[in-house]
Amino acid sequence: MRYVRPETAEEAADLLGREEGVSRILAGGTDVLVQLKSGLVEPDLIVDIKRIAGMRDITPEDGGFRIGAAVSGAMLGEHAGVKALWPGVVEGFELIGSTQVQGRATMAGNLCNGSPAGDAVPSLVAAAAVARIQGPGGTRDCPVAEIPVGPGRTALGKGEIITSILLPARPARSGDAYLRFIPRTEMDIAVASAAVSLTLGADGRVAAARVALGAVAPTVRLVDAAAECLLGTGLEEDALAALAAACSAACRPIDDKRGTIAFRSQVAGVLARRAAAIAHQRAGRTS
Amino acid sequence: MKTIQVATTINGDSAEFVCGHDETLLDALRNRLGLTGAKEGCGTGDCGACSVRLDDRLVCSCLVLAAEAEGARIDTIEGLAQGETLHPLQQSFIDLAALQCGICTPGILVAAKALLDRNPEPTDTEIRYWLAGNLCRCTGYDKIVRAVQDAAAKMRSA
Ligand code: FES
Ligand code: FES
Repeated sequence: MRYVRPETAEEAADLLGREEGVSRILAGGTDVLVQLKSGLVEPDLIVDIKRIAGMRDITPEDGGFRIGAAVSGAMLGEHAGVKALWPGVVEGFELIGSTQVQGRATMAGNLCNGSPAGDAVPSLVAAAAVARIQGPGGTRDCPVAEIPVGPGRTALGKGEIITSILLPARPARSGDAYLRFIPRTEMDIAVASAAVSLTLGADGRVAAARVALGAVAPTVRLVDAAAECLLGTGLEEDALAALAAACSAACRPIDDKRGTIAFRSQVAGVLARRAAAIAHQRAGRTS
Repeated sequence: MKTIQVATTINGDSAEFVCGHDETLLDALRNRLGLTGAKEGCGTGDCGACSVRLDDRLVCSCLVLAAEAEGARIDTIEGLAQGETLHPLQQSFIDLAALQCGICTPGILVAAKALLDRNPEPTDTEIRYWLAGNLCRCTGYDKIVRAVQDAAAKMRSA
């Protein structure tokens, strides 16, 4: 194995693009080092991207924030601006692992790891976040929702690296929230999860909404049918019941010792309605 | 290209070592630098026995490559006491019997120090959440929480 620490994203993409063996990108390392230890992968090349300019920066951009790919959970959690604008994104990411893991783990890493249960991902999808990708041929932007294509698989091509994630600007009277179910209180993998982002109109009714579910399908899933249940409502009981039903109907979970299909589907709906209520409350607060 | 030369700062002193490309910081600390305070309980980020600070951030040194330490500042349990004088956390852990086998203790002390540096007056709940990544199979945690509170109180009145 060869460890390299390029200075630019172009150089990193070039190294990854030309590597004929197995390669891994290293940012926080909280997944990669575990894979190394377990022998799950034996990379020929490890590309540490943390010394590349901008990778550890949180930069205001067009009313939103660009989050460098190597920004840790601890760094994001200390950023008052991001917390105020996208509290659901921050709370999802902060659920991952221990204090020690938060010191290193990154949202881009959680996304690229490709787990349907990654706690950083549903809120990013609900937020309509956009990943900036450096490839051997240049850069491109891709909605976060389109990055995961299956368990452990992403839409990234050979040599491509996510260099940052853009959390967009949002109108006044907006809020988001993330909830997950785990059988213990800390440090576990979601059995089902839900993220809701919504914006209220001047009349106090929901003018825009996005709902994303985690751990209940091969990838994190954006559920348009669920979001539609909220539009034009004041989150009355029938709207929330419709939201929960639409979420449960969209679930395609696995059946395992951590949760049955029926359990995961039902819980996803319950979490979505609770997350919607929190997002709604936060949206009211920002008006 | 079998090994990498790394220049770093450990507990305030500059240090240089040579390591393998796939070697963890934990292994380099223990096997190359003789700093055996950090322990390997799991090697996969689950137990916290290997906790150190990397540029002030609390991390699991088993999840860091040694090569990543280039130019960084690392603080380990070996830097906690001032010469022969124990840190208040260490003294409180002894006074209140917050350890038995001791395997988890260096990691817990490093983690607790990181907490008190940013929050000198934590609640019990804050201590428990902060230390959730530090497993102890002996004490049942209550004595650890009490020892951290004891040290925090002494540090505040010092
Ligand atoms: S040895 Fe590093 S967390 Fe257990
Ligand atoms: S004292 Fe034995 S593991 Fe904590």
